[in-house]
Amino acid sequence: MIRFDNVSKVYPKQTRPALRDVSLEVERGEFVFLVGSSGSGKSTFLRLILREERASHGQVHVLGKDLGRVSNWKVPQIRRQLGTVFQDFRLLPNKTVGENVAFAQEVIGKSRGEIRKSVPQVLDLVGLGGKDERMPGELSGGEQQRVAIARAFVNRPKLLIADEPTGNLDPQTSVGIMKLLDRINRTGTTVVMATHDQNIVDQMRKRVIELEKGRLVRDQARGVYGYQH
Amino acid sequence: MRAQFVLSEIRVGLRRNLTMTFAVIISVALSLALFGGSLLMSDQVNQMKGYWYDKVNVSIFLCNKGDAESDPNCAKGPVTEEQKKQILADLHKMSVVEKVQHESQDEAYKHYKEQFGDSPLASSLTPDQLQESFRIKLKDPEKYQVIATAFNGRPGVQSVQDQKGVLDNLFRLLGYLNWAAGAVMAVMLVVALLLIVNTVRVSAFSRRRETGIMRLVGASGFYIQAPFIMEAAVAGLIGGGIACVFLAGGQYFVIDHGIALSDKLQLINFIGWDAVLKKLPLILAVSVVMPGLAAFVALRKYLKV
Repeated sequence: MIRFDNVSKVYPKQTRPALRDVSLEVERGEFVFLVGSSGSGKSTFLRLILREERASHGQVHVLGKDLGRVSNWKVPQIRRQLGTVFQDFRLLPNKTVGENVAFAQEVIGKSRGEIRKSVPQVLDLVGLGGKDERMPGELSGGEQQRVAIARAFVNRPKLLIADEPTGNLDPQTSVGIMKLLDRINRTGTTVVMATHDQNIVDQMRKRVIELEKGRLVRDQARGVYGYQH
Repeated sequence: MRAQFVLSEIRVGLRRNLTMTFAVIISVALSLALFGGSLLMSDQVNQMKGYWYDKVNVSIFLCNKGDAESDPNCAKGPVTEEQKKQILADLHKMSVVEKVQHESQDEAYKHYKEQFGDSPLASSLTPDQLQESFRIKLKDPEKYQVIATAFNGRPGVQSVQDQKGVLDNLFRLLGYLNWAAGAVMAVMLVVALLLIVNTVRVSAFSRRRETGIMRLVGASGFYIQAPFIMEAAVAGLIGGGIACVFLAGGQYFVIDHGIALSDKLQLINFIGWDAVLKKLPLILAVSVVMPGLAAFVALRKYLKV
């Protein structure tokens, strides 16, 4: 699903690489936590998967494609198979919940009938059935994140990238979001989630990848947030 | 591509940048009106050239008895048969000459009567006061100088006149006007392009959330850019439409009615509606393509796809 071969990333005008010689593989259907302090390279890792950046050295394979060799105009085709969720939800405030989810399908040219069918379905899945006429501003943070997840999942991606999806939410709400992500994972979707939330990582007992100053320092099946020093 | 989605995006975008859109429309309208105007002006010049140049002759006026007394060119007396033969023979030898016609004093009198009719001057005129002349049609009307240098100052020749000399000044003036219109047009065009680039930048910035999400869910570059490009194209098209109205209005009010130059300057053969109508599709096409291209170029800079 995802394979990094000796990947390094140096941003222009910076001497210190954001990622150094990272190699790892994520299999289909896995749930992976990506942990590490700020500036450890988590975001760069995710951006490389999304092909927002290209690796400076090494190869990034996503869904069997070497992203370094994919031409720019083919990138959208790959992104359609990825779902993305962010800490700040990134909903469109002037569109209803339903329109926000439908937006992800409209802009890739899905038919009206298809949209009408899949939007209520996915809203049911995230536990927001019947709220499709509401505006994002009227919803709680947790609900907004569910809308964002619905939007990320409505095109049935094979891989879901979540960048600190619980970063703005209280612990109880976060648990709900994690349950939802777990349920999505059980449908066969691979989930890669960057997080700072120690409790969640410790509770879920999933694979943990830890980055520190751009290096891969830990890759542990059924891991916890950090070693107790 | 869902047309309705794109259309609603365009409408929202145009309304959001109303002032900017307005500026784009006006600058496109002005620059294209000038563009069309200068195209029409050169049509007009061509038409006038066609009208006059056909009739242009170089005329060699020969000395008559009156000239022999008053004109220093004719100090050697009126033209003789021998001189006329010589001039005619020389003219026929010149390669630039297409045709030579001789106008006798009687013929000159007849033409004069036709042109000026019963004016008081005409009634007191007698044929022997007029000049005999050779009317020469040249293969290339620009070659007037060749004739002038060959025959000016020859015995029996009073003067060599180039009918197109007068018109040249008019054409030169129109040429300058055309250059000025072109320069103003170029400036307006640059202004229009800069406005479009800026509009696109503002538009891209205010819609960065949408475009960001579009990118993430895998909308194609074309789908992301289309609303911006169409926005510029629609604004341009409106401007182009206004430019067309200007041109048609100009033809209507300046030439046909209103100021009605075609009535007041009947010697000039003005361009007709067919010339104006022929320019409109070109102007509309430019009004769509140019802003669209400008937007496309601007997007490469301001919109990451």
